[in-house]
Amino acid sequence: MIEEVLALTTREIKKWFKNPFLLLMMIIQPVIWLGLFGKALNLTGLVNVDTSGLPPDVTRQFSQLVNEAVNSLFGTEDYFTYMAAGMLSTIVLFTAMFSGMSVVWDRRLGFLNKLLVAPIRRESILLAKMSSSVMRGLFQALLVFSIAFAFGLKLGNNFGPFDFLGMFSALFLLSLGLSSMFLAITIRIRSHETVIAVANLLNLPLIFTSSALFPVKQMPDWLQAVAQYNPITYATDSVRTFVLHSQAGIDMATLAINFEFLIAFAAVFTVIGLVLAERGLRKN
Amino acid sequence: MAIIETHDLTRKFGDLIAVDHVSFSVKEEEIFGFLGPNGAGKTTAINMLTTLLRPNEGSATVAGFDVIKEANKVRSTIGLVPQDLTVDEDLTGMENMILQARLYHVPMSKAKPRIEEVLELLGLTGAAKRKVETYSGGMRKRLELGTGLIHYPKMLFLDEPTLGLDVQTRVAMWDYIRKLRDEQKITIFLTTHYMEEADALSDRIAIIDHGKIIAQGTPHELKESLGGDIIEITPYEENQDIKDVLTSVPTVKEVKNTGNLYRLKVVNGEETIPRIMEKICENKIKISKVSLIEPSLDQVFLEYTGKTIRETESGREDVRRMRRYLRRVRD
Repeated sequence: MIEEVLALTTREIKKWFKNPFLLLMMIIQPVIWLGLFGKALNLTGLVNVDTSGLPPDVTRQFSQLVNEAVNSLFGTEDYFTYMAAGMLSTIVLFTAMFSGMSVVWDRRLGFLNKLLVAPIRRESILLAKMSSSVMRGLFQALLVFSIAFAFGLKLGNNFGPFDFLGMFSALFLLSLGLSSMFLAITIRIRSHETVIAVANLLNLPLIFTSSALFPVKQMPDWLQAVAQYNPITYATDSVRTFVLHSQAGIDMATLAINFEFLIAFAAVFTVIGLVLAERGLRKN
Repeated sequence: MAIIETHDLTRKFGDLIAVDHVSFSVKEEEIFGFLGPNGAGKTTAINMLTTLLRPNEGSATVAGFDVIKEANKVRSTIGLVPQDLTVDEDLTGMENMILQARLYHVPMSKAKPRIEEVLELLGLTGAAKRKVETYSGGMRKRLELGTGLIHYPKMLFLDEPTLGLDVQTRVAMWDYIRKLRDEQKITIFLTTHYMEEADALSDRIAIIDHGKIIAQGTPHELKESLGGDIIEITPYEENQDIKDVLTSVPTVKEVKNTGNLYRLKVVNGEETIPRIMEKICENKIKISKVSLIEPSLDQVFLEYTGKTIRETESGREDVRRMRRYLRRVRD
């Protein structure tokens, strides 16, 4: 069974790497998000006031005050860094949304039938879809991270290999859960237009009800209640904790809660995904 | 010995009975043709035999394994070349072959020489390292055939193997299919709606229409069953009953008419025509057309269903399939 999953995953990844246009798009997309959204919508800059007429120590005090305010809101003085961490989860969501898309294509082109007559387990087909989607998501996240770094992401001064691994474990769990979820949703859909419609319907609500772009504590109560159940919030908060790892250390208790939620989310949805998708694969 | 055995195999889709209590058997190392118009139930039958669809009623065994209870054993003994092109066009021919080998659990040490052999057999050795995108329609179909062969299947199912291929490529494809049977000793089950194809390739044929087998036997037996030649006569004037005149010729065995077209079953066509003409002149009847038809599978189909295969085609489905096919084949 491992051999089957491996063979099919290799196929997906090969297809992906053989499409230079797709690869280019994947690099450009995060650049646009980070460059336009992260840099143009610089919330730190919003409170900039012309202080040239004031005495120097008032200016200093004022800017200190502003920095403290921003810091208490975002946990960092730099909104770009705050937002870049959220962008990692967002890009994982974007990739996962289309995990079902390749099933639609395989069905249309008859490749799925070929798999169904092969003496392999049905779960292998699904696991391969999930694992290739996870691999793509993590690869994209790595790209975004590198680009964000180039654009001026400020890592906490205690950031080390452990934080890097932690970050990607959180993203891995998010990606696995989301890929399985979308695979289960889209497996019965026969047209790719519908998959795109479903993805578009779900992506913005999922992002905006999470802490990806704005802090949850600034949201109205009802939105906070929703954000509490959004896995993107938990993944983003974990990633942010690692990215901003400073001398002050990490709040291990909160991090543990985040990871517990992510592990539960990934486990539950992988099982649900496998069961529902297996049913969807069976003809009629 | 029979490699496929079906008994009252039935599949319904809602009210439509796609395959209706079909029973037949296929002998080892023969080419068995399923001939019928589009929509007759051929693909549904293949889907049940290859475990893609569960029958509603009846049973079928392939290579001794039950298609429902021992589906995975059936899957590892058979190869399927479906109607649609299913090779992955983003991969090379070789990569497609390797993927297939891995899915059928053929160890790489065995798969490598087998792939070489199959590529050689199908004349694809030179193209193996190219992306399938660049292949012509005939090459894709051959690669498709090749991927079905890697795991040494005992039985190969070909669903419309030459659909959409031009005449030359089709004839070449027939040679490849014969080679598989002769050199690789593989039993072949093929469906087609081209009667020339069924006639040229098959050792035995079952003719299927509206989900039912209406006749089966060797092509020769089926043609013999027509019991002679066919003459078709169209009188000049419509609504003129010439049945009695025609039956008065002793060598005419049977007369059927649909509208203004009379179909005569006769003992010796060439000698009967002059006699019919004499009678017709005697009765001062004007004729607009006479034709002598040698027995063919199309005639057999007509004999049992009252329609030609082409008339029975449900045109729209055919067009849709063709379009989909052409989208994929850009050569």
